[in-house]
This record gives sequence, structure tokens and C-alpha cells, in this order.
Amino acid sequence: MLKEGQVHIPSGCAISSIFSRSGRAVGGGQIIRSIAPMHDRSNGLGGGFAGYGIYPQYADYYAFHLFYDTMAARTACERYLEESFDIVSFEKMPTRRIPAITNEPMIWRYFLSPRKTALDESQLDEKEFIVRRVLHVNAEIEGAYVFSSGKNMGVFKAVGFPEDVGEFYRLDEYAGYCWTAHGRYPTNTPGWWGGAHPFALLDYTVVHNGEISSYDANRRFIQMFGYACTLQTDTEAITYIIDYLVRKRGLTLEETAGVIAAPFWSTIEAMPEPQRSRAAYLRNAFSSLLINGPFSILVGFEGGLMALNDRLKLRSMVVGEKDDMVYIASEECAIRIIEPELDRVWSPGGGQPVIVTLDKLKEGGNA
Amino acid sequence: MKKVYVNEKWCLGCHLCEYYCAFANSGKSSMIKALKDRHIVPRIRIEERNGISFAVSCRHCNDPLCVKSCISGALSIVDGAVFIDSGKCVGCCSCIMACPYGALSHSENGVIQKCELCQKNEFGVPLCVQGCPNKAIVYEER
Amino acid sequence: MAIDFLYPLYEVIRNPQRCICCRACERQCANEVHHYDVDFGCMMSDESKCVACHRCVSLCPTRALKIVKTDHTFKENDNWTGKAISEVYRQAGTGGVLLSSMGNPEPYPIYWDKLLINASQVTNPSIDPLREPMETRTTLGAKPQTTERGEDGSLVCSMPPQLTLNIPVMFSAMSYGSISYNAHASLARAATALGTYYNTGEGGLHQDFYQYGPNTIVQVASGRFGVHTDYLNAGAAVEIKMGQGAKPGIGGHLPGIKVGADISRTRMIPEGTDAISPAPHHDIYSIEDLRQLVYSIKEATHYKKPVIVKIAAVHNVAAIASGIARSGADIIAIDGFRGGTGAAPTRIRDNVGIPIELALAAVDQRLREEGIRDRVSIVIGGSIRNSADLVKAIALGADAVYIATSALLALGCHLCRSCQTGKCNWGIATQRPELVKRLNPDIGEKRLINLLTSWDHELKEMMGGMGINSIEALRGNRLMLRGIGLTQKELDILGVKHAGE
Repeated sequence: MLKEGQVHIPSGCAISSIFSRSGRAVGGGQIIRSIAPMHDRSNGLGGGFAGYGIYPQYADYYAFHLFYDTMAARTACERYLEESFDIVSFEKMPTRRIPAITNEPMIWRYFLSPRKTALDESQLDEKEFIVRRVLHVNAEIEGAYVFSSGKNMGVFKAVGFPEDVGEFYRLDEYAGYCWTAHGRYPTNTPGWWGGAHPFALLDYTVVHNGEISSYDANRRFIQMFGYACTLQTDTEAITYIIDYLVRKRGLTLEETAGVIAAPFWSTIEAMPEPQRSRAAYLRNAFSSLLINGPFSILVGFEGGLMALNDRLKLRSMVVGEKDDMVYIASEECAIRIIEPELDRVWSPGGGQPVIVTLDKLKEGGNA
Repeated sequence: MKKVYVNEKWCLGCHLCEYYCAFANSGKSSMIKALKDRHIVPRIRIEERNGISFAVSCRHCNDPLCVKSCISGALSIVDGAVFIDSGKCVGCCSCIMACPYGALSHSENGVIQKCELCQKNEFGVPLCVQGCPNKAIVYEER
Repeated sequence: MAIDFLYPLYEVIRNPQRCICCRACERQCANEVHHYDVDFGCMMSDESKCVACHRCVSLCPTRALKIVKTDHTFKENDNWTGKAISEVYRQAGTGGVLLSSMGNPEPYPIYWDKLLINASQVTNPSIDPLREPMETRTTLGAKPQTTERGEDGSLVCSMPPQLTLNIPVMFSAMSYGSISYNAHASLARAATALGTYYNTGEGGLHQDFYQYGPNTIVQVASGRFGVHTDYLNAGAAVEIKMGQGAKPGIGGHLPGIKVGADISRTRMIPEGTDAISPAPHHDIYSIEDLRQLVYSIKEATHYKKPVIVKIAAVHNVAAIASGIARSGADIIAIDGFRGGTGAAPTRIRDNVGIPIELALAAVDQRLREEGIRDRVSIVIGGSIRNSADLVKAIALGADAVYIATSALLALGCHLCRSCQTGKCNWGIATQRPELVKRLNPDIGEKRLINLLTSWDHELKEMMGGMGINSIEALRGNRLMLRGIGLTQKELDILGVKHAGE
């Protein structure tokens, strides 16, 4: 059977998230409690979490989380990282041995910053420098896989049900202002740790429920810009699309939503100016990045969170609000279990992005 | 009311309208039965010369001279269309003389025949129009 | 009279029980196959003149006629087939180049028929186009390479010039001269009604058709017939024709007999003179010359019209397309070896060029590898026969397709491949007024609209089945295709997996 990366893998899933607008640190146990009731939406072949604000002591350093299949891979990868980075701290990822999680690879965590000489020599901006190193490790170093690479945030994922994955990674010992979670129901993979969600690049993390019918159109387009889609999952492609649009093309998240879940032409034509020109421009200029087919995604980023449904809303997604807290999940039960008394519960329309950011960031959108 | 109109611009001179007309008014079940080895006497005729051709049939004039000229009361106007009662026709040819378009003619049995828009035969809509391959004959309201 | 060695290819079978001697066949055959014999009192035929265009068959009111292939035969020989032998006889008799029309009819692989389309089951819902919006609108042209913002931070929404198609099908280039006034009128009116484009071909634009300018692509070919500033600015886009799938590497020849007053005026050449298009553009001997012509045209049209560069699918098509993409062209049109023509040397039509499916796959992949696929749109032609071919073309990477043979079929063409004789009984590939009038544009327009409307319905059904509701999500989406009965090499070039993988 072909492994992930050798074949395109569609999957259905459960997603959930917690966000504190005031920046209050929420314990990781909460997100585990939230995703657990949607047990039947995953099949034990992948679960994962992303937490933001969880590494305040290393806030200025990139936190790399890596899977290694072999000792040789670790040696090769560390040698490669040392060429480009000053590694200020590294350690074996703290985990808890539980019966439900088996066959784990070596999991290591590094806090690092680019070596100034290497950065200068590359003539790249810092983020592009990081991205290229991450993509290099994942594509070129056999048995090594960077699954988290942002600042003051981290991704934790494994093969298993999400509640078990959370326990394995001891998430109850972390606290952050934003958490996202994912339970995976892939339809044709043996399950691989790297293939679990969230999928991350820099501080962008994506959890996704759906199966996009535009996958190969999107993949073949985004690959033009140096994004090797090694995993061949929808989530990987979506992450790269968002990175390309936001970081490389300088679009805001609202504008990005207008590309990947572009309104129908009939809707665009009914808009008043200047929205109409803007919507037509986004759809036309980036037509190959329209994501078709059912999806609900949560995009985490430094200081914010965006939720977005496909334009026909073919996947469920619910938003709940209570005081400064925003909860977004596939099902309302995932919200009610951690916050039974909500101020407001609603279901965003297809293609309508919901973007929440920390109160301290003046503008919404691009943090 | 709907009438048959012709447009010489699209007339190909294929004469198919004549054959469809002859068939439509033959009372026979197929064109082969109706027209095989027969000389046809259609109520629509192609006029052609110097590369120009067009079909001529009754125009169902608003003030038809044929009706005025009829000595036996065989021609009458019903709902704007001109019909002939062959039982009353005496074959005097006054109508043929009066019609400026040459739209009336002798039938095979001696009385006068003319286009009755296929209203009296089993087709109900003019078969020349159906049979024209190039929309040179149309049946429409104008 | 010398012996010509040739036996007619077809027999006219007339059922004497059915024939009513209406003589419609006789009146409608410009090849003078049929005549009424007064002495015998019946219709007779001379099948040596028959081209199997079926005009008589279509008009016969009693269905008394059919045309069959003759069973007259040479002694069987797989190498020296009857066709091969007859062609030698013809050339020995005339000393001339064999001429043919329409596309390559030889039994080369048709890759469209070896590709299968996907559909959603369970994990991803199919979409019902009768209940949900289904978008087939396509925009052609270069996409912006950078994001610009005004001082207030708002997006600057300026795009390079684009063509917007309500359905991703356009009518391909056919010149006024190669086809009739009424054929052009039908195409122009249908393109306007459908919200797509037709293409003037290289014969200039008749004054009567300037009114359809917003739905017209004006072509500039090596003969530069009828090219002037007003012409360039009359259309929505300008196409530079470098080559044609039916006859890559050679030019064109409209015999003087077809250059009547109207065509003379439209082409800006003297009446009765042969209109000869040179094989190359004599101001383009290299890619940098092409760039100059592209920008000359952009200057002449004030950078308001997309420029299309049309090439024939030849062996090195991917590299050529890459060069064109970097030459300032907004759209590349690629014409496969099955593309039609009004006249081409038979040997060239049947032996030069490559299948459009392979050319498209190679070009799309190459432009992506070079990171320049969104600098140009790709339009392909060369035998798109139905909506399934259309779906497969878009999934392989085309933005839109050109159709011409299919459009002519809709107008009545029966692919008798005798356009070069100028005696088209269907009023399409002829300039004889009595034949031209056989194509009533009221009928032609309607039939073209019907054809593309039905394709659009089918396209939407297939897209919906795949769970796709917007044509751009199908473009280049090769996972939606699987090959059947193809070698690994063919699959690699097409960039698709085999069925079952």
C-alpha cells in the first residue's frame, strides 16, 4: 500500500478551537475535553493540536518540532539545522506513555534562530529563509519531518484518537490563548504521524475537515512557487495556499478567503462597488487557488484565528461566544461541553470567514 | 393572424415546397403513395429566373380581389384566411384573372384550388413551411 | 480520353420504389451527380462526381437516397491499400500535390478516448447543477504577478486585458474566403448570443461584422490580409497565427476564383488574385521577432487587447510555448494535428504535427515547471468533438478550447473533405452566391447556440459529478483523469495515472 506522500489522501474529520480575545492562557486540557465528544468523527488514524502562546520563555525563537524515523535522520537533520541556525535549546519532546499511542517516532523539539551570516548570505527575508529550510528537511532528509516551525506556538500530533494524542503529549501542562484540535478520518491511508493535522508552516496552522475536489488544480498551481506537496493531503495544499497568498502576495485574511472561497459570479455581480471590483479581481487573479468541494478549516496564526467554510457550506461548522472567549467546532457539542452557557451560537455562511484576533492587536485580519 | 410568408433571399429553388404541398393536399398517407409517378399540381409554386427564386402562394389578402370576383360564392374569408368551397366552384376562372399574384390555379378535377394554409387537411400547419430546408417560407404573425 | 485508372469511391443508391423524381437532389448537387433522364423517366447518377456530402440524402423528401462506400476493390494488400494505389494514380495523372481538407483522418491514437473522468462517491458530495450554482465562466489572459495597494491600503484591482467567456469554448479561426459570409454571420451572431468569441481567421473582417467586435478575435497571419488599425481595434483580442494544426510549417492559398468583390475589399487585395499566405511571417524568423510583433500589436491597440499567439502542435511544442509565454503573449493557442483546414497538402495534413492531448499536457506541465503558467492562458483546438473532450482538455490544463470542425458540423458540414473545390453544397466552404445562400444564418446561429448550450449542460453535469462547481477548479486537475490502455510513457506525458491506480 502506498504511504502518505505517494498518493493523494482525502479525509473527513472533526475540528475544534478555543480562542481568548483578551489573551488569557487557557490550559490544554480544555481543548482535549472539547474534541473528545466528537470521537466518532475520527477513526483513530490521526489526531492533533496547535497551541499559541505556549512558549513564552522562548517567545523570540522559532520552535521546531520534529519526527525522526532513525537516529541517522536525526544526526543528518541536526547537522543541517546547525548550518543555518543558532540552536538555543533542544530536548526530547515530553510525552506520557499510554497504551493507546504506539509506534511513536523519535520526537524532538528545538528552539532556534537563524544564523545572521547564513541569513545574510541567502539574501532572503527571515520567514522565507525558515520556510525553505523546513521544506528542505521534509523533502530531502529521509526520515526527518518538521511538523511545527513557528514562534511561541507548537503543533502536537500523532496517529490515534485526538483525546489520546492530547494525553500523550501532556497538553494539560501547557497553556495558551488559542488552541485548535483535529480528529482525523482518512479514507485511504495506513496513518502516518506526519500526516495528522494540524499542518503547519511558520506560525500558520491549518486543521481541515473535508475533501477538496480542486486538489490537483490547487497543488499543481502552488507547486510553481516552490511548495513541494510532499504529503499529498488537502491540508498541506491549503496551508501552502494561505502562506502564498498572505505572506508572499501580501493579501489580508479576508482577501485570502475571497480567493479560496470566492463568491459566485452572480453574487459578485450583485455587489456594490468597490466590493464588486475587489471580489472580481481576487477571483480572477488567483483563479487556480479557488478551493472547491467540501471543507471547513481553522487557520491559526500568531494573534488570531480564522474559520472558513467552502462556499456551498458542505461541512458543518458552529461558532460560540462567551465573554472574551470564541469557540469554533464541527459540532456544537464540542463547544457546550466546555462552555454550556454561551452568549451567542451561530453557524457561519459558506465562504464567510470568521476572523478573531487578540484585543491588543488593533486591526483584525493580518496579524 | 399567422400567414405564410416567403423570403426570396433564402429560397434555394429546390422546389420541395411544391412537393410537400401536393402531398399535404393529396389525402394520402405517404408522400410516395401520393406523388410516385404523378404529375403534381401544387398550390405553391416556385418562380425562378436568373438565379433568383421564390415561392408564390396565396397571401390571404385583407381585401382579396379573388373573393370579390367569385361569381358563385365559392370563395370566402374565414378568420382572415381565404378558403374555397369546391362544391360551389363552377370553374369560371374569374378569380384566376383577378388575383394579381397568380396564387390560384386549376386543380386536377377542374375546379379552382388555392392555398388554405393546410387548415382543411390533416396537417393543420402549412407543410410547405415544414418542408423548406432554409426557412425561406415561414408561417408567422406579422 | 486518357484512362484515369480511378473507380469512384462511393455509390449513390437510389431506391426506385421511393423516388418521386422531385429532382431536389439534382437541383441541390453542385457536383452535378444527379440528373433526370427524360427518356427513362427517372433519376440517374454519375457517382464519379460524388463527394459524399449528403446534401441530396438530407433533402430527399422520401428518403430514397443513400451513399455507400463502393465495394469495388483492388487485390487485397495491407501495404498497397486501395487508397495508396489510387493516390499514385492521381499524382501520375496530374503531376500535382495532393490536396485535402479538414483534419487528419488517419487512424492515429485519439487520447481523449483513452482518458476517463472521475466522480464523487461518499467522501465528497457530488453537486446537482439543477439545484446548485455551477460556474463555467472563464477568464483568459495574463494574471497579475504582484499585489499592489493604494495609499489607503486598498487593493489596486487592475488586471492585464482579459477575455471573459460564459462557456470555455470559442469558435476557432476560419477566414472569410475559406468559409462563406453566411457561415461567418452565423458564428459571429452565435458567439455574441453565447457570450464567447469567434475568430476572423486571416481574411480580415467584413464591414458588416464590425458590430460583433466585442465577441470577435481578429487574426493577423503571415499574409496580413485585411490588417489595419481599425481592424486590430475592432475585436476583443488579436491573434497572431504562427501555425495551424492541419498544416504546420506551411502557409495558405486562397485561389483567385474565390476572391470576389467582397473578399477583395475585406482582404485588401485585387479582385481575382490568389491570396497567398507565406509559410513563415517574414518579419518573424525567431522568438525575439515574435516579441516585437506582439508589442507592435499591443502598441497599436493601446495595451487594451490581449494578444493570442497560435501555434501548431509540433514535436518541440513545450519549449516553443515557453518562449511565447515570455514574449508578452497573453494567451497561447495550440492547434493539434487533427485540426481542420479548407485546403492542405494531404501528405502534410496526414503526417506532420502531434496529437493535441500530448501537446497540451506537455505545455501545461512545462509552463508550471518554469513557474509561468499564470502569465498566459492556454487555449487548445484540433478536434474537440464533444463535451467530454472539453472536460478532459480542461482537466489536462487548458483554460478553454477552440472548436471549428464541430461548429461547421453544426452548420451542416458532413466532413466530405472537399472544401478545396469551392463547391460546398452546404453553403459553408464556398463563395458561389447560389451555394452561400443555402446557409441561412438564422438557422446557423440557432444550431451553434444549441450545440454549445448542450455542451454546457453536459459540462456542468460532469463537473457536478466530480464535486466541482467552478470551472477553474477543474483546470489542470489531472487527478480527475485516469488513462485506459495507455503505456507508462503516455501516462507520464499526460501526467495521469492508469485507471485502477
